[in-house]
Order: sequence, then structure tokens, then C-alpha cells
Amino acid sequence: MDFMVFQYPMITVQACLDGILLGILFALIAYGMALQWGVMNIINIAQGDLVILGGYIAYFMYLYGIHPAWGVIVAPVIMYFLGVLIYKLVINKVVDRDLFISILATFGISILFMQLMNFAFGADVVLANSDYGTTMLFNNNVVLPNSKLFSAFISILFAICLVIYMKKSKLGRAIRATAQNARAAKILGVDTEKVYAATFGINAALCGVAGALISITFTIHPYMGLPYTIRSFMIVIVAGLGNLPGVAMSGMGLGVFEEFADYILGTEFRIGSVFLLLVLILVYRRFKLSRKREYLK
Amino acid sequence: MNKNNLILYSGILIFGLAAPFLFPAFKVQLSILCVLIILATTWNIQGGEMGYNSFGNILFYGLGMYLCASVQVGMFFPLAEWTESGGEKTFVHTPTQFFQGMAVGLIVAAIVPTIIAGLIGYSILGLRGHYFAICTLGLGVAAGEISGGIEIIGAGQGFTTPPFPDVGSLEARGEFFYFLSFFTLILTFIAVRSIYSTRFKLILNAIRDNEDKAEAMGIETMKYKIIGWMISAFFCGLAGGIMGGLVGYIDSTDVAFDGREMGVFMVLMAILGGKGTLWGPIIGATIFHIFKEGFWTFFLGWQYVALGVLIVVIVIYFPEGIMGWLREKYPERFGEVVDEKDRKAQVELK
Repeated sequence: MDFMVFQYPMITVQACLDGILLGILFALIAYGMALQWGVMNIINIAQGDLVILGGYIAYFMYLYGIHPAWGVIVAPVIMYFLGVLIYKLVINKVVDRDLFISILATFGISILFMQLMNFAFGADVVLANSDYGTTMLFNNNVVLPNSKLFSAFISILFAICLVIYMKKSKLGRAIRATAQNARAAKILGVDTEKVYAATFGINAALCGVAGALISITFTIHPYMGLPYTIRSFMIVIVAGLGNLPGVAMSGMGLGVFEEFADYILGTEFRIGSVFLLLVLILVYRRFKLSRKREYLK
Repeated sequence: MNKNNLILYSGILIFGLAAPFLFPAFKVQLSILCVLIILATTWNIQGGEMGYNSFGNILFYGLGMYLCASVQVGMFFPLAEWTESGGEKTFVHTPTQFFQGMAVGLIVAAIVPTIIAGLIGYSILGLRGHYFAICTLGLGVAAGEISGGIEIIGAGQGFTTPPFPDVGSLEARGEFFYFLSFFTLILTFIAVRSIYSTRFKLILNAIRDNEDKAEAMGIETMKYKIIGWMISAFFCGLAGGIMGGLVGYIDSTDVAFDGREMGVFMVLMAILGGKGTLWGPIIGATIFHIFKEGFWTFFLGWQYVALGVLIVVIVIYFPEGIMGWLREKYPERFGEVVDEKDRKAQVELK
């Protein structure tokens, strides 16, 4: 245990800023999670692995001499088609089934992806160096890599674009209609099968963007997927489905929590604390709900 | 029917007792099979019968593994020095110490997870459906990550369990662990079978089919859910303790709290054999283990890819499992009275 973080205000500021910038990325992934959960009623355990795959796309562009920031444009395009492919092969068979079936099936996809990435890219921790330099704040006491600012900016940009797209475009309207009532949407002429495929594709594309940004700002590793899934799940259950400001806020909150856990407990307990937080949140939610149920009785 | 059962059970018992001498090369594999069957059968108690699909039984398995090994070492030698580095070279268990330690270790490994399941049960089992599944997944992974940071049980570098003492025979180790796991399996089977013939099982099924209705009928669902989970935890802890000694090395995320492997295996085996049946998990575990060993040997390196594909295929195309399929095909054998007219009408409806 190390409480230095509270004795030096600059470290607190540093942790908060880092956490918020990280949290914006989490919120972007969680937005994809909320989208597919709301529309198709599936929980995708492979979410985190899609993120890591997006990261590897950016990393490969970096290896071949292209600036990894272009991965932000390339990764979502590739990932969109991959997402549609996964939908056609697996997800469309589990959409109407029990939620546990979808969890287990996507768990299988997650293991598959994890291992294929391990074969293709090796088990090393890699990062795509963007050479963006750093910004110093508060008399050089707080260090902010520009790549983190860049990634937060791009995430917000993508989120805003997606919200506008969902509001204005025909497909966006169809997706929202399907989320509200799939059967009614079908009756009114919406091709729900196409909508589902597009939703999953958009989710995968969002993961691709987030992954490319993560490979620039942090590091990626084939086995690092599951924590991202758990984080986005946590953000979605805290914020609720279809509550975008809530997703953004709880994403940032989670980011700050993680940075503080990192300082106080030590890096080796960072992932563990995320998973424990998930358990605590679910238990808290359960007691809150059960009180409500008793009240209703 | 009863006579058939008797023949079947005695056949299996004789085969089980003779197996290590018939197939001396497969003793370790057979012991692992026993452990897998225990895990699948006990997962089935709350996963299949109660409808609470848990990814978190790996928590009890891993706890049992660490507890058994720690007790076995800690009873006679300082634990911290043992785990620091190469303690197994400086401190040597005599045979008496080893077996005493193992016995006490297994008792602790069974009881502590049961108590923990009882303590956390009230909070965790109030969650429904997928929230429960994800929460238990989180529990398992969190336990792995946290135990990987605790120094006294070896942290990231792992924990070597006490090596088997020299009792004069090279075969002794394999035979000891085989019979240990086989008798635990028999114990588990008898316990589970007797549970399944009581009212308790019907209550679990009522919880699975409709929990709110069961509660409205006056069943204290929470009490029974916790008891069901505690039974699972008891046998998972035992299985973990045995597996720790069998493998000889405990790593926090790769052996003990291996949610990616064992945690999914137990779910998969139960589903493959058929959830909610007595024999389903046993058949599923046997087939799965044979299949897995085949893959692990012939497709070395690609085993997880095969595992991922296998999960997807089983879950999508075979969710009812082998027993479910048999039940659909030969309903009379399962004691279901089939009304021919009704069946035809249903087929026509389809």
C-alpha cells in the first residue's frame, strides 16, 4: 500500500488526468457494447479481443513504416467487415437464444481470437510509437503524452459522429427501431437481419478505432482482451443502456479509479482491482434492486 | 432396472480399480479424468439443476489447490522460505509428513471454499442470469490476479507443491493420486446421486424453471441456492487440492485460477454431456477429455484454436448435449410417458 498519491497533489492531478483520458477510450468501447446489447440483446465477451485486434492493425501499419495514426481510419474499415463476417458465421445463430448461450459462444470466439493473435503476432507486449512528444503542465510536474490527448480527441470525434449518424441516417433509425421493438420493426419493413449485421459491424469498427488508439497510447498483448470486455460491461451496467452521457461519465470514473488503484495498490493488482470492482458493483446493484422489489411487494 | 444398475455400477467400480494396472501409462490421464468428472458433475448442481450458470467455480478449485499445498507445507516447514525459491530442495517431507499433510490439506481445501461460498453466496446468488455469469467470471479472474500478487504463496513465480516422498516404488506416486481421485470421484457420485433423489433436487429444479414462482410457493429459494453452491464448492475445493498435488506446480493464472481453461472446461463438459442430468456431465467429461488429449497431442500449438472452435460449435449446434439428444430420441428410456397422439400433433405443429 502506498498513499503517496494523496500527499503530493501533483500526483493526484496526474492520476486524474491520465484516468480521464484513459476513461474516454473505455467509454468508446463501452458504447459499442451498449449498442449491441441494446439492439441484439447479446453480451459479447470477445469485445476486448476485437479491440486488441484493432490495435494490431495499427501496429502493423507502424511496422511497415506508415504512421500508426492512420490506423484510426484503416482499422475500423477492416474491423467492420470482420464484424459482419463474425455475425454471419456465429452471432446470427445465438441472437434469439438464451443470453448465457451468447456469452459462452462469444467466450469461444474470444479464446479463438486470442490464440490466433498469439500465433500471428507473437506473445510480446508491443506498442506503435507515434512520436507525438509530450506536454508538460503545472511547472513540468504533470506529464501528458500528446498521444493520449490525440486518442481522447479522436474517441470523442468518433462518438459524436456515431451519435449524429444514429440520429440522422436511415440505417441509424432502423437500428434504433430494432432496439425498441424488433418485431414491430420487422413488420414495418426493416430488414432486422441486415440491421443486426450492421450493428455488430459498427461495434467491431468502434473496437477497431479504440484498439488503434490503445496501441498508440498504451501497449497491446494478445491476452489483454478480457479486461477490456469486463470494463465495458461494467461501464454499461453502471450507466444503463442507451445513456450516452452516463457511459462517458462512468468510463472516465473507471479510468480514474484504475489510475488510483495503480498508485495505491501497485500495478500487479490493477487488473484484479478492476474485476473486484465489477463484482462489487454487481453486488451493490443486486441489493439496490432487491430493495426495490421488496418495496413493490 | 435395479439389477441393471447394480451391474453397471459394479462394472464401473471394477474397471476403475483395475484401470491403473491395465493401463499403467495412462495413470495421470485417468486421474485428471476423475478430477474433470468431479468438476463437471458439481458444476452441474448449480449450473444445470439450479440454472445458475457460473464461470466462477474455478474460484473454489483454485482456492482448494492453494490451501491444500500451503497446509501441506506449512504444517512442517516455514511457508515463506519454501515459496521463495527452491524450498522443495532444502526441506524434504518424510512419507508420514507428506500423507498427514495431504489429509489435513484436503480437509481444509474442502471446508474453506465451502465456507467462502456460504459467505459470498447471499450477495452473489441474488444476481440473475447473465449478471450472475459475468459476476462469477469476474470473481474467478480477480482471484487469479490477486493471488498472483501475494508473496507468501509464490506470487507470479508459482508454488511447487511437496514432491512425492520416496516410498520405494516408482509407480507409487501415480497409483496414490489415481486412487485418491478415484475415491473422491466415487464419494462425489454417491453424494450427488443421493442429493438428486431428494426433495432438494426438485427445489433446485423449481428455482431453475421459475424462481419467482418457487418463492411464491413458500420455498426459501436463497437458502437452497446457497446450499447448492456450497455443495459445489466443497467438491471443487477437494478436486483442486488433488489436482495441485498431481500437477506438482501451482501458478496463479495458468494452473489454479485458470478461468480460460478449467473454468470453461467444466461448463463445456456439462453442456456437452447434457445439463441437468446425472450421467450427462460424466459422459461429457469423458468424451471431452479423450478429444482434448487427442488435440493436445496431434495439434500441438493449435489446441486453443481448436478449443475455441469446439466451444462455438457445441454451444450453437449442440446446446442440449448428448443426454438431451438421447432423451429426445428415446423418451421411454428416461421414464417419460409419451402420448403418441400428442407427439404427432406437436410434429405437425412444427
